[in-house]
Amino acid sequence: MAAKTIISRPVYGTLSPQPGKHHLFIADAEGALAITDMAGKAPAGFFDGAEIVFVPGREGKHVAALEALQPVQLHVAPSFASLLPRLKQTLTNAHMGLRLYLAGTEGLIGQAMQAALEAGIDHTSMQTEHRGSLARRMQCVHCKGITENVTTQPALCAHCGLLLLVRDHYSRRLAAFQGVCINAEDRSEIPPMEEAFP
Amino acid sequence: MSTGTTKLDVVVSDVVPVNELVTRFHFRRRDGELLPTFSGGAHVVVEMRDGDRTRLNPYSLMGSPLDTREYTISVRRDDVGRGGSLFMHRQVEPGLDMVISYPVNLFSLDLRARKHLMLAGGIGITPFMAQTAQLAGAGGNFELHYTCRTASLGTYADVLQQRYGNRVRLYHDDREERIDLERLLSSQPLGTHLYVCGPAGMINWVRDRAAALGWPPETVHFEHFAAPQPGAPFDVTLAVSGKTIRVGSQQSLLEAIEAAGVDPPYLCRGGVCGQCETNVISCDGKFIHNDHWLSEEDHRSGCKIMPCVSRFEGKSLVLER
Repeated sequence: MAAKTIISRPVYGTLSPQPGKHHLFIADAEGALAITDMAGKAPAGFFDGAEIVFVPGREGKHVAALEALQPVQLHVAPSFASLLPRLKQTLTNAHMGLRLYLAGTEGLIGQAMQAALEAGIDHTSMQTEHRGSLARRMQCVHCKGITENVTTQPALCAHCGLLLLVRDHYSRRLAAFQGVCINAEDRSEIPPMEEAFP
Repeated sequence: MSTGTTKLDVVVSDVVPVNELVTRFHFRRRDGELLPTFSGGAHVVVEMRDGDRTRLNPYSLMGSPLDTREYTISVRRDDVGRGGSLFMHRQVEPGLDMVISYPVNLFSLDLRARKHLMLAGGIGITPFMAQTAQLAGAGGNFELHYTCRTASLGTYADVLQQRYGNRVRLYHDDREERIDLERLLSSQPLGTHLYVCGPAGMINWVRDRAAALGWPPETVHFEHFAAPQPGAPFDVTLAVSGKTIRVGSQQSLLEAIEAAGVDPPYLCRGGVCGQCETNVISCDGKFIHNDHWLSEEDHRSGCKIMPCVSRFEGKSLVLER
C-alpha cells in the first residue's frame, strides 16, 4: 500500500461500484483480483453495463475469473501500449455517465489515468486500487526519457545513463515519478543500489 | 468586519422593469471608479435600509464580467416573502445611494470542463446571464436549457436567444414543454460539467438524476439561495457575548444576532456557503433547519445551526456566539 509522503504522491483506494449504466475497467495482473473482490459488492446486473480491458502480464493468470463476471466485453491485451489506441477511441466516443475503474500496478493506473484526463475526466472521479508490484514509471528530469518498471533506489536512466534518485514527486500529466541525478557533484560517488519497489 | 463583506458605496444608475414580476437594477460606484472584477455566478449582498430595519439579501450579478462599469441584478417580486424584494420594487429608484458587498462566487464555472451544460428554472436564469457572457467572450462551449412558466415570464429568454441562437433551448410550463432530462444527461460528451439554478425541487430532481446516471458529484454544480423563512419568535442566549436576544417572526436568527451588536461571519445569507455555521451549546426544543450546508447528520445531532436561514422552536437555546 502506497503511503502518503508528499502531496503529489498518489494514494489509491478500494474499488467500489458507482451509480451509472456504463462501467469501464482497466486492470493488469493482480488488479483482476480488485475487480473480482468488488464484484461481490456490486448490485445485480452491474456487469451487464461493464467492459473490462485486461493485461494479464507474464504469469497470464486471472482471465477466467474475469470471464466468469460476464461483462459485456472482455478485451485481453498483451501490454498497456497495445490497448492504448483502443482506450483512446472508447473515451473519445464515451458520454457522461461512463465510470472508470483502474486496478493493478502504479504504472498501469497512472497511464490509464493520463489517457482519461486527456479525455476530460477529473482524476477525483476515477476509482483506483493498487495491487501487485510497486515498480515505478520514472521520468529522468535531465533527459526527459521515461524508464518503465523501476524497482531499485537509486535507478539508472535507460536513456542517458545517469544514476537517479527516484523521488515520491509524481506527475499525473506524465504518469511518472521524477528521477533526479543522485551524484551530480561527484560522479565517482556511487551509492548502493537497493531493491526499493519490489 | 465579517469575512468577505467589504462594502461598496454605490448609486442606483437605472431601474428597468423587465416583466410583470422582475425588475432589473443597475449600480455604479459613487466615486465613478470601476467596480471590482467578478466571475460568472458571483453574487452581491444588497443592504436594504427600510426605516429602522436593515435587510441583507443576496442577488446574482447578471451583467457581463467583462464590463465592470456597472453591476446589474434582477429581482423577482415575492409578495409573500419577508419584504426584501418588495422594498427593491417599491422604494429603490435611480439616484438612490445604496451599499452592496464585494462580489463573492459560490457558483463558479469549472473552466477545466470541455462543455458547460446549464439548466435554469425561472429567476434562476440570472447567474447564467453572467456565465454565458463570460464563456461566449472566451469561445467557451456551452448549452443552456431554460424552463419558465410562460413566454412572458421567460425573463431574458429573448435576449439569450438573440445572443446565442440554438445554444439556448426554452421550455414553457404552460405549453407542457418539459426537458427530457434522461436523454439530455445521457448524451453529453465526457468532460461536461452540469450547472443548475432554480427552485429547490428542480435542483433536487436534476442532482438525483445526474447521480443515478453516473455523473460524478464534482461535475454537478448548483446554487439555491434559501430565503430566510418567517416563523414564531424565539429567545436565544449568546454565550460568548453574554447577551440574550429575541428573534422576531420576520427576522432571521443572523439578523437578530447582528441587531444585538454581535458581528458573526457570513457570506451568502442563503444557507449555502457555511460561513455563519454556529455551534449549539445547549438547547431544549427543536430546530427548523433550512440550509443546504450542514449534513443530515449535523442536522440530527442538534450541535450546529446556520443562523442565516434556520430557526428554533422550544424553551431555550444557547449558542457559542
